[in-house]
Amino acid sequence: MSGSRRLLVLGGIALALWGMSYGLWYAIFAEHQALDSIGASLAAGFSASAQQDSGAGAASLRQYREAKYVYDRQVDVHGHWIGLAMLLIVLGIGFDRLELSRRPKFLLALGLLLGAATFPLGVLLQTVSHGPLARAVAIVGSAMILVSLAGSVWGLARSRTSV
Amino acid sequence: MPVSPLFTNAMPVDSEVESFAPLSARRLLILGGIGLILVGMIFGDIFAVFILHQNAARVGAGLAAAAHAALAGDSSAVLAYFQNVGGFLENRGTKVDTHVHMIDFGYLALMLAILQPWVAFTERAKRALAWVFLMGAGLLPAGVFLIHYVGLAYSPLKSIGWASICADVGGLLVLLSTVSVLVGLCKHRRAQDDSAPDALLADRSTPGRMLFAGGLVLVLLGFLHGAYYAALDLYQHEAQDYALLSQMTSGAAARDATLVDSALAGYGQLQGDKAVNIAAHAHSIEFGLLAMVLAFFQPYVSLSASWKRRWAAMLLLGSVLLPVFVLLELKYGLLAGGLADFGGLLVIVALLAMWIGILRYTGGLDAPRVTVEHRDAPR
Repeated sequence: MSGSRRLLVLGGIALALWGMSYGLWYAIFAEHQALDSIGASLAAGFSASAQQDSGAGAASLRQYREAKYVYDRQVDVHGHWIGLAMLLIVLGIGFDRLELSRRPKFLLALGLLLGAATFPLGVLLQTVSHGPLARAVAIVGSAMILVSLAGSVWGLARSRTSV
Repeated sequence: MPVSPLFTNAMPVDSEVESFAPLSARRLLILGGIGLILVGMIFGDIFAVFILHQNAARVGAGLAAAAHAALAGDSSAVLAYFQNVGGFLENRGTKVDTHVHMIDFGYLALMLAILQPWVAFTERAKRALAWVFLMGAGLLPAGVFLIHYVGLAYSPLKSIGWASICADVGGLLVLLSTVSVLVGLCKHRRAQDDSAPDALLADRSTPGRMLFAGGLVLVLLGFLHGAYYAALDLYQHEAQDYALLSQMTSGAAARDATLVDSALAGYGQLQGDKAVNIAAHAHSIEFGLLAMVLAFFQPYVSLSASWKRRWAAMLLLGSVLLPVFVLLELKYGLLAGGLADFGGLLVIVALLAMWIGILRYTGGLDAPRVTVEHRDAPR
């Protein structure tokens, strides 16, 4: 197995395991509580408005917005970590189809692995901090994935392999 | 040097018979993996056609009823309507999760099948791991599907029912078997055993190349669309979601029916916009991955070269049609929705054809052995 292929396959399986462990933890300890919180705060907001209590209604809706913001990102993180991990594995298995020399191939593999790990991490960090740093981590991670994928498409297009 | 029968119509040699023997880890994972993907896709299609839109209409109606109950000052009715909405959302969420997990486990099974020659365990241990993986991959979606129907009946826990517990056990089984495969791969790496290159990876046939290249392009397009959506629409949609709900509650508190109704209309439109963008992004990447994985198994598809090319083209066509027409659903309504479902159907039919081709290949492998056994059997 070449270095870049090994990096993608082993890194991909490790990332899939990480994503699955996160999903398992989330399903057992966080998801039900998050859904309850979203439903309860939304219902409380409408119930307060029925009693013409605008202050309580607005507070409940803010609570809903925060709970929904966190829930959406936590689910996205689970899905993206595992989805990207599968992409790393399958791309790693077929990496020798790319018509590129060893070094660019290794750089593409490294870019994909780092991007696949940091992009969902940046999304997860947004649940802790609404500041620009978390968003920047997610943007840099996704840019690494896009550039590396475009590089892989280019490497494949250069390939002149015949049957 | 003998030419592998993977690339010809000749009889398979011993190494192929061994690596793809009946009930071998690779055969179990390939047939089980494609089976999981097929069931997951058919389930998704049935869900999309018969449940998704009806369920979305019920959620919208429930929210509208709750908003109008708030407008009328009836807080107990508000709570009752939200309980209904919660039920509809749980029904929808568990169906989507069943569809997604079944398909993703199918993909993972196919990838683990390709990696089998690099896993440094005995064939018996690999077979056991494959069974554990497939059991978990079946148990999790089945458990998730049942969550809505079983609820908390007889559950020893406060917020997690038996169906959720089964789903979590399924997830744990998948996790454990995947960890074991990783250990096997690391063991193989330490042993530095590169003696047996896998013929599957050497295939460069036309359908294999079409699927790998087409799949990679689909994944790239899916990511570009996702990045575009995240950069331009995601945060705006989140802000609109909150603003429209605030408009509903403030309108209800002020007893302003016009404000509530306009917010409800905007909210429905927003949910539709979000749903089509996420579905297009997810399906483009998922179908791209599927095409890339299937590229490796083309040597096992025992069909003529022209038919293999047709099925590969059909799979790619369906993979493009579905996300494109899902995106156009908001503009062109049912017509685009129907074409998107047709795209999904093309993918399912092509995948089924490839699965049958692989079954034919297994038949070709097993048949000589059966003949020999018959010949050697005592009369």
